[in-house]
Amino acid sequence: MRFLIYRYNPDDGQSPRMQEYRLAGFDSGDKLLDALLRIKAELDPTLSFRRSCGEGVCGSDSLNINGRNGLACITPLSELGETVEIRPLPGRPVIRDLVVDMEQFFHQYRAIKPWLTVHDPEPETEYLQTPEQRDQLDGLYECILCGCCSTACPSFWWNPDKFRGPAALLQAWRFLADSRDQATGDRLAELEGPYHLFRCHTIMNCVDVCPKGLNPIKAIGNIKKLMLKHHV
Amino acid sequence: MTAMKLVRRKFDTLVIGAGGGGLRSAMQLAQADANVAVVSKVFPTRSHTVAAQGGMNAALANVVPDNWHWHMYDTVKGSDYLGDQDAIEYMCRAASHLVVELEHAGVPFSRLDNGKIYQRPFGGQSQDFGGAQAARTCAAADRTGHAILHSLYQQNIRAKTHFFDEYFAIDLVKDSDGYILGAVVLEIETGEPLLIEAKTTLLATGGVGQLFRTNTNAHINTGDGIAMALRAGIPVQDMEFFQFHPTGIAGKGMLITEGVRGEGGYLVNKDGERFMERYAPHAKDLASRDVVSRAIAIEVREGRGCGPNADHVMLKLEHLGAEVIKKRLPGIRDMAMTFIGVDPIEEPIPVFPTAHYTMGGIPTNRYGQVVVPLGEGAEEPIPGLYAVGECACVSVHGANRLGGNSLLDIVVFGRAAGNHIIEHLAEHRYHRQLDEGSIDQALARLARWEQSGDGESVDELRQELQRVMEEDCGVFRTEETLVQGVARVEALAERLQNVRLKDQSKVFNTARIEAFELENLMALGLATVKSALARKESRGAHSRVDYPDRDDERWMKHSLYYEDGRVDYKPVRTKPLTVDTFPPKARVY
Repeated sequence: MRFLIYRYNPDDGQSPRMQEYRLAGFDSGDKLLDALLRIKAELDPTLSFRRSCGEGVCGSDSLNINGRNGLACITPLSELGETVEIRPLPGRPVIRDLVVDMEQFFHQYRAIKPWLTVHDPEPETEYLQTPEQRDQLDGLYECILCGCCSTACPSFWWNPDKFRGPAALLQAWRFLADSRDQATGDRLAELEGPYHLFRCHTIMNCVDVCPKGLNPIKAIGNIKKLMLKHHV
Repeated sequence: MTAMKLVRRKFDTLVIGAGGGGLRSAMQLAQADANVAVVSKVFPTRSHTVAAQGGMNAALANVVPDNWHWHMYDTVKGSDYLGDQDAIEYMCRAASHLVVELEHAGVPFSRLDNGKIYQRPFGGQSQDFGGAQAARTCAAADRTGHAILHSLYQQNIRAKTHFFDEYFAIDLVKDSDGYILGAVVLEIETGEPLLIEAKTTLLATGGVGQLFRTNTNAHINTGDGIAMALRAGIPVQDMEFFQFHPTGIAGKGMLITEGVRGEGGYLVNKDGERFMERYAPHAKDLASRDVVSRAIAIEVREGRGCGPNADHVMLKLEHLGAEVIKKRLPGIRDMAMTFIGVDPIEEPIPVFPTAHYTMGGIPTNRYGQVVVPLGEGAEEPIPGLYAVGECACVSVHGANRLGGNSLLDIVVFGRAAGNHIIEHLAEHRYHRQLDEGSIDQALARLARWEQSGDGESVDELRQELQRVMEEDCGVFRTEETLVQGVARVEALAERLQNVRLKDQSKVFNTARIEAFELENLMALGLATVKSALARKESRGAHSRVDYPDRDDERWMKHSLYYEDGRVDYKPVRTKPLTVDTFPPKARVY
């Protein structure tokens, strides 16, 4: 297979470029991460990328693969064609090669105050929550903060400092939807205004690329509905 | 680079590692207004706690009657009587409170119809000291580690913990009086070293699953903290006890939770026989992990394996039905479909024992203080140093960890260490003066990888080490394989001297990080294989074909491996805090 990989190292004085690697001998089940690990081991130790769990649960190895964001460790090589173009996640400053600076993404995550907030005194036992109430969190809590969605979103490219982005908004809804949480008013107030929430123009790139099959657009729609309910 | 030029930061406490253990400690400290820094080589939610699936044990009795004393009995028995009973009592007593605390912190546990936390049966659990199966494992579907790690990270953001994300710890800073005063770390993005001075340092760096070729672990699990302790002159405890999880995806290694069997799944051989009935007539598929792993290995060795190479067995769960699988086990269904194209709703999953968990580690007491024997006397704490979680050895897991006890371990002892550190900080208001010689070792380690030229590659050596460990120090061991293993790992350690880095650039140089990791792996490979050769009995996960029985008279003791290769021993703490000792007896499931 032929791999075209984005290379940039601020240390070496060269401009960013696409570098070609050729590698054969893959097993049928191999993933893109297997190829990257082999390229680094067998062809070029200077290629830098992030990886940790290797099974799609930690969110380290999100990349732009043939123009589409995804996780290298769960993307089968068999679905990628003979030539694969691999670039860093779009719209983020590149630190080196496939490693980008995700600070703005995490800033937006922290900004939605992603923690359960309860004002009542704590009981000695767990807060009770019916299975139906708990079901409301499915499709939300599973987010792995890989950033595939937000960095595929044109609104986030345009306003990464002000628009919370799909990942953070999915988490905003995760706490709004939690029957235990008591900060609904504050959470909604924080999302008012033209930018934090309302820069979402339902372009749907986030839903298209989420490697965990989550749906930020639906979450954003739910936040808007709840906001409306609170206003009337 | 001299010590004087190094950039310095000062904190009350330095926590190294941002998995559940590190974050639980940091949360305790930050909420008590201590000035706490968390250093992690990956962004915190990439830590390996995120991959824990099945759940966390606590005798909440939400499903069937239960109490902490039964949990304690199961844990002592599961440890094959090598666990320290004071620490085990402490952990099992604290468990219910800590699960509730996590739930209050936001963890989205699955629920029962009455609104309480969902609990499932797991291996090695019983009611009434060996009676009927218990259901003690609190679960968030099969993503419990993910749910806990994210909630702990969120609470740390709230408490304003200071994070150093993507910094790699090089070595502890130890002064001439033996105090630990922080660590030298490397900022991965810039390649610049940084000295973090701290009144207390807590290691929470996880296990060393990358020692073995096929493992369930993240690439980052290279035992960095354990190796740092070893280099600081601290012996490492019980390293011969490495858990092989019965159900890794065959040939690939991804974990398939014990929760599958907890929900009613079972193992079959090529004849479709439910073979665990022969090995553990009472608990069957929910026997302890060491027992099930050995059973699978025997089935395959005796020619009853499945597949064209007869090299695995099958985990059946189709009979649970689509609804239960989608609701309770969605993560492993995803995993099976992604990695082997098998939908477990329709067909069984091929599995084989896979390297999973480091029972051994840095010796500590139940406050998380790192303890070492001084001369012939009792053990004493190393001033300023703590360790919790998989890198530590309290020891609550002894020779074999029970499923669901590792998430419990990290939060119980993460919190206990946090509390002890808070007391320590109240008594020690000022940083000790740091003598310049105390960072020489760390600087030498950095300088070593600045040597350029031709040499062997990091990757080649790591792969050879993983292969040797798997072949010579796996599920079954003999004098012959272990003697060979020691010789082969020693030869690899020798070759490590000749490894050179081709990439000397500074910015985000992951090749350099992998070289540091390989040094750590190599040191712990030696520790593991040498401790295993020394122990001439079979206990828990350490299974010697040539010494098939447990030998309590000679071997009911912890091993301590020193960096110079010496193996020493210390007694098991058999006296619990308040209840009677569980004396060793034959272990049947």
